[in-house]
Amino acid sequence: MLPALIPVIPFLSAFILMLGWKQLSRAAVAVIGCGSIALSAAVAIGIAAQFAANGEQAIQQHVWTWLQAGGFRAGVDFRMDALSVVFVLVITIVGFLIHVYAAGYMHDEPDYSRFFACMNLFVGAMLVLVMADNLLLLYFGWEGVGLCSYLLIGFWYKDPANGYAARKAFIVTRVGDTAMGIALFMLFQYTGTLHIQNILESATQLWSKGDPTITLIALLLLGGAVGKSAQLPLQTWLPDAMAGPTPVSALIHAATMVTAGVYLIARTHTLFELAPAAQTTTAVIGAITLVLAGFSALVQTDIKRVLAYSTVSQIGYMFLALGCGAWSAAVFHFVTHAFFKALLFMGAGAIIVALHHEQDMFKMGGLKKQLRAVYWVFLIGSASLAAIPFVTAGFYSKDQIIWLSWSAAGGHVGFWLAALLGALLTGMYTFRMFFLVFYGDIKTKVHHRPGNSMMIPLYILAVLSTVAGFIELPHTLGHVTLFSNWLLPVLPAVTVLQESAILEWTSQGLSALLALSGIGLAYAWVVIHPKGMVDFLEMPAILWFRGFWARGWDFDKLYDVLLVRPYVYLSRINKRDLVDKLYTGLAQLMQWCHHMLARTQSGLLRWYILGVVLGAVAILSVLIWRIYI
Amino acid sequence: MILLVLLLILFVAALLSWIVAAKSNLLCRWIALGSLLINLVIVLVIWVNHTTTADRWWYNFRVDWIPHFGISLHLAMDGLSLLMVALTFFLGALSVLISWKEIDKRVGFFHFNLLFVLCGITGVFLTMDLFLFYFFWEMMLIPMYFLIGIWGHERREYAANKFFLFTQAGGLLMLLAILGLYFVHGANTHVYTFDYFDLLNTPMEPGTARWLMLGFLIAFLVKVPAVPFHTWLPDAHTEASTAGSVVLAGLLLKTGAYGILRFVLPLFPAAAVEIAPLAMLLGVIGILYGAMLAYAQTDFKRLIAYTSVSHMGFVLLGAFAFNEIAYQGVVMQMITHGISTGALFIIAGALYERIHTRNLKQMGGLWTRLPLMGSAVMIFVMGSLGLPGLGNFIAEFLVLLGSWQANQWLTVFATIGLVVATAYSLRIMQKVFFGPCDRQYTLPDLNMREMVIIVALVIVIFWLGFHPQPVLNTSQNINYVVR
Repeated sequence: MLPALIPVIPFLSAFILMLGWKQLSRAAVAVIGCGSIALSAAVAIGIAAQFAANGEQAIQQHVWTWLQAGGFRAGVDFRMDALSVVFVLVITIVGFLIHVYAAGYMHDEPDYSRFFACMNLFVGAMLVLVMADNLLLLYFGWEGVGLCSYLLIGFWYKDPANGYAARKAFIVTRVGDTAMGIALFMLFQYTGTLHIQNILESATQLWSKGDPTITLIALLLLGGAVGKSAQLPLQTWLPDAMAGPTPVSALIHAATMVTAGVYLIARTHTLFELAPAAQTTTAVIGAITLVLAGFSALVQTDIKRVLAYSTVSQIGYMFLALGCGAWSAAVFHFVTHAFFKALLFMGAGAIIVALHHEQDMFKMGGLKKQLRAVYWVFLIGSASLAAIPFVTAGFYSKDQIIWLSWSAAGGHVGFWLAALLGALLTGMYTFRMFFLVFYGDIKTKVHHRPGNSMMIPLYILAVLSTVAGFIELPHTLGHVTLFSNWLLPVLPAVTVLQESAILEWTSQGLSALLALSGIGLAYAWVVIHPKGMVDFLEMPAILWFRGFWARGWDFDKLYDVLLVRPYVYLSRINKRDLVDKLYTGLAQLMQWCHHMLARTQSGLLRWYILGVVLGAVAILSVLIWRIYI
Repeated sequence: MILLVLLLILFVAALLSWIVAAKSNLLCRWIALGSLLINLVIVLVIWVNHTTTADRWWYNFRVDWIPHFGISLHLAMDGLSLLMVALTFFLGALSVLISWKEIDKRVGFFHFNLLFVLCGITGVFLTMDLFLFYFFWEMMLIPMYFLIGIWGHERREYAANKFFLFTQAGGLLMLLAILGLYFVHGANTHVYTFDYFDLLNTPMEPGTARWLMLGFLIAFLVKVPAVPFHTWLPDAHTEASTAGSVVLAGLLLKTGAYGILRFVLPLFPAAAVEIAPLAMLLGVIGILYGAMLAYAQTDFKRLIAYTSVSHMGFVLLGAFAFNEIAYQGVVMQMITHGISTGALFIIAGALYERIHTRNLKQMGGLWTRLPLMGSAVMIFVMGSLGLPGLGNFIAEFLVLLGSWQANQWLTVFATIGLVVATAYSLRIMQKVFFGPCDRQYTLPDLNMREMVIIVALVIVIFWLGFHPQPVLNTSQNINYVVR
């Protein structure tokens, strides 16, 4: 089967949906919209099966030569290796489930067709991104994802706030794209190609480890990655991206967009290995982001914002893993995260719809009885996010990262401590949300229950959020390495410096303990002792921190003051273009001279005679001066 | 000969449409449209037949005009000329179509001017005699002056005068430089000629070359336009009628870029290399400064006009990078900018016909009423911010990739231009189509004629984005100066 079909089918369907926005019935839109992703998932599964059976390195397909100019060549070429297969499967399968859910969720939306066209386009662009064989095609997908996020975050265009969030997402990620663009120029300058495999091959010959050039290139690529993956310092767009419909959030956070950065770094891992400084930077960014975002998630009131900050934090874990050289651990966490985050977002969406578009958790409560099905799947998702030991997928993937952040070659005890702190925070903010929503008094009445098209995807994801963990178990617990073995042809195994079972047990025990105590703390505060919590939170010092964290550590303000406002101010005062003043000034000077000269044309004979006399005197004086002196 | 036919068709059609308009406006429009379509077909046939031609010059037509002074009627066509001429006829035909309803006063004279300016532009792209080049260069000016001054908006006379003065001042410098080159060549070789091919490789002092090159360059920089010579452009573009804006942005600016590629670089290679850093700097300043001005505008057409300043900065940046990748990007940028900016002006005009304002503050929420128009703007706005899949991306990427080899810091700043382009481009969508709609309009969406125009432009911009190779192959055959 042809790999190109995988992205082409969603593109085609998006095209049909755009053209048929008037003619197609709702049912037809839903069938085309979901069916295309299902078809593409089926092709992806077929190729994955073929891939697994044949044991090939990669399946390649050249579709056409995109452009060729003066020694530069880039084709529309697809390549599927083990890494791409993992991403493609997650994107199409989770993407499909989100589409099915969306068919129910968006049922009353008048712009049904536009919505599904954009969603399909989003999936298609992401698929191109992970299947591209050269960096230019990857960049195509990369920017396409940016466009679709813009279109979908601002889907409800009548509210200017949504438009603002959409533009913010596009512009902030574009800052990162600029860095990435420069990285592409540099790679072409040194390697003469943008073909990924050729670059990876020639990189090891061109550069020695730690060479400043490759370090710069890797840092620029990292710049692109932090933009799309919402990591420090470009994380600010993601919390605002909640403005879009909830299925869009699920798609952005789980299947597409934010994981693009993780993919990019994993894909170019050879370059990062050559640049230890860049790799360490990646880990540091991941570690700091996961903690900062964890604190921010802790104090949100909007359920979707909690989840948004938790995504930032969880991707921080992935970056930490990448930075430590634990490539497959990062990808593993991407997979489990995709399952449970899609589950949580869509669960949250079900709650929001049930409560008549209420997103404030403090106006929810006591939903356990009223939304029993949602309660259970949300519990499974939350447990996986908080990494409750042994039974959740999140535990296995996150635990691996925590252990490797210390023991791997690129690890450090500081990273390990940050990761552990993150585990505590994750437990706390996840279950603070969970308890606030499902326990306590009923504050808002449920007015309509989610239907099957919304619930079935949630059940499937709940299963996946649990069983997906068992494909990769640590040494201490069964030692299954199906997942890392699968990735081994692409991503090298992590170098572990401390092969100590006792230490690993300690790390695992500690992280489990911290996650559970986070949950315990959340329970104590929200359920057992809500009054005490309120008193504590109203203390002035705490209040300040709450505000500070809730505003995302004031990064928005910082950028606003440093960049946005000066730019807007400068452009406003220069609206009429200073340079033009030069020319209008010149014109005015001419006019002034003209007026002055015109004045001498007064028609008064006396003045003319005076002029003649004065002129004659002046000329004569000059002559006399010349001759006699 | 066929090249002369192209010019003659336009010339005759210009006269004919003026005469016929006394009887029937409709016939006049059809004559104008027909002549441009015939020319377009001829050019496309030429293109298809020469896709594999190895020779650089496809056609070369030369008859003496004033042999005493070495002036000849010398027309020639290579890949660059072909692409520019094809763009001219394509946008020309669309200009007639968009004026179908908009222009109802002095229809005959309008089409006479329109075809005459297109004839002048075609001549500029085809002629290989410097005297004749200057002739065509000036020939574009007068009808354009009328197009702005008669059928424009409120401040049309001011804009027309400004346009005329700027380009005329530049043209004068070029005339001096042409004469200078003529005499220098004559003095050194005893052959007095205006012929382009003879004047190539004229032996001259570096100092002389520098001054002559500046004469040409400034004339072209005014047209491109480069900061600080750009201030005629926003006024002219804003005040002109839709067809006038399309011709200005889509074609007239390209004559400046074409002049740099065709004359400045090959005639004075050494002097051009010397001034390259400065020219590239002007390009980058144009990219960033134009984007900043665009961001602040509240007049829809003025905003689009300033984006031209920004986009044409890429042309300047690439033209002085002295490598093939950048040159190819420049040619691509000339075409895609013509298409996408032309499209935006067309839509701005169509919108003006409906709501009778260009003020962005009075728009908003129009998506509900005009989804087709909104989708079209979305596509071209995405082109303007350089989204892959649309032709503009190919152009800007190649320019940047090429200029990176020449000057890295300037390229970094030019790349930042992509971020600010995002800011002003998305602002267009927000101000016009998104947000709340507080007025009760009853607006018709695009009609059949407008759909034909827009769909043609959309197809071209996507074609250039996904399969630019035919254009790249055509422009690569050009023997540019490569350092």
